[in-house]
Amino acid sequence: MRIGAAISVATGLYGISFGALAIAAGLSVAQTMALSLLMFTGGSQFAFIGVISGGGTGSAAFGAAALLGLRNAVYGTQINRMLRTPWPLKLAAAHVTIDESTATAVGQEDPAEQRRGFWVAGIGVFALWNLFTLVGAFLGGAIGDPARWGLDGAAVAAFLGLLWPRLKGREPVAIAVVCALVTVLAVPFLPPGIPILVAGLVAAVWGWISHGRADEGLEPDLDPYRADGPGPAAATEIPDDRRGPRGPRSGDRT
Amino acid sequence: MSGLWFWILLGCVVALATKLVGHLVPARLLEDERATRVAGVLTIGLLASLVAMNTVSSGQEVVLDARLGALVAAALALMLRAPFLVVVIVGAAAAALLRLTGLG
Repeated sequence: MRIGAAISVATGLYGISFGALAIAAGLSVAQTMALSLLMFTGGSQFAFIGVISGGGTGSAAFGAAALLGLRNAVYGTQINRMLRTPWPLKLAAAHVTIDESTATAVGQEDPAEQRRGFWVAGIGVFALWNLFTLVGAFLGGAIGDPARWGLDGAAVAAFLGLLWPRLKGREPVAIAVVCALVTVLAVPFLPPGIPILVAGLVAAVWGWISHGRADEGLEPDLDPYRADGPGPAAATEIPDDRRGPRGPRSGDRT
Repeated sequence: MSGLWFWILLGCVVALATKLVGHLVPARLLEDERATRVAGVLTIGLLASLVAMNTVSSGQEVVLDARLGALVAAALALMLRAPFLVVVIVGAAAAALLRLTGLG
C-alpha cells in the first residue's frame, strides 16, 4: 500500500517532463492530455512525441508507440493470473496495467496485498501522471523556445532514464548498443522516425533467434523506474524466486 | 494537426487493446518463452534507438551538438542514482549551458 503510494508520487512527478516535452514537440495541450489519459503507458507516450519532435510522421510515431507497448501484454497475463479480476473490472485493470503497477503487485507476497498494491499504484499513477502532464504542458507552453531551455537535451535524458534500469547484464547492453548504432546508421537514408522501427525489427529478430539462451536481464517484470523516495526502492525489487519460470540469474549484473 | 489526432487516437486504442490481450488471452499463449523474450529485447532496443535518434538526428542528418553533452550529463546523473526528474533536468541544463557558452 505504502509502496504503491510512493511509486505513484515518484512517477507522477515525471509526468511534468512528458507534458513539457510533448508541447515542445508541437502537440497541443489536448493532444498531450489524450496521450496521458487514453494511451497511459509512459514509454509509448515518450516514444510517440520523440518521433514527432524528430520530424517523423504520425504513422511512424504510432508504430514506435505500439511496439513499445507490447510488453504490457506480458504484464497483463501476470496481473490476470495474480488478481483474477472479475469482468467489468478487467477493462479498468487492463488500462492501469503498466510497468509501475505490475512491479508493485509482483513485489508483494500476499494475494490481498498484491491486489491492493496493483490498484493503489495503478490508480495513483494514473491520477498523478495526468495531473502533472497538465502542469508540464502549461509549463512547456509558457517557456517559449524549447532549444534555448535545453528541452531537446531533456528528451535525450528522459529516454536514457527509461532505458537505464533495464541495462542489467551484458546482453541488454549489447542489444542497446547495436540498436543505437543501427539507428544512427539508418538516419541519413530513411525518413525521420523509420530508423526506430528498423531498430525495433533488429531487436525482435535478436529476441527470436537468441531464444533459449539465459534470459539474464530480459525479464519484463522489472521495476523499470527506480522508486525515488526513501525506502520503497528496495522493497519493490522483485525477489529472485518470483521471477517466473526461468530459474536463477547468473551473477554478472553491472 | 488533424492527421496527428488520428494517429494519437489509434495509438491509444492499440495501447489499451495490447493490455487487454494480456488479460484475456489464456496465459500459456503469451507465456511462451520466445514471445516473452522478444517483448523484453524489443523494449530495450526501441528505447536505445530513441536515445540515439534524439541525441544525433536532425531530420535526416546526423548532427553532433549540445545534445551529446546532455547524454553524457544524464548518464553521469544516472550513475549517481539520481531520480528520473533530476536526470531530465540535468540533461536540459547541460544542453542549455553548452548552447549558452557557444560549445553546442
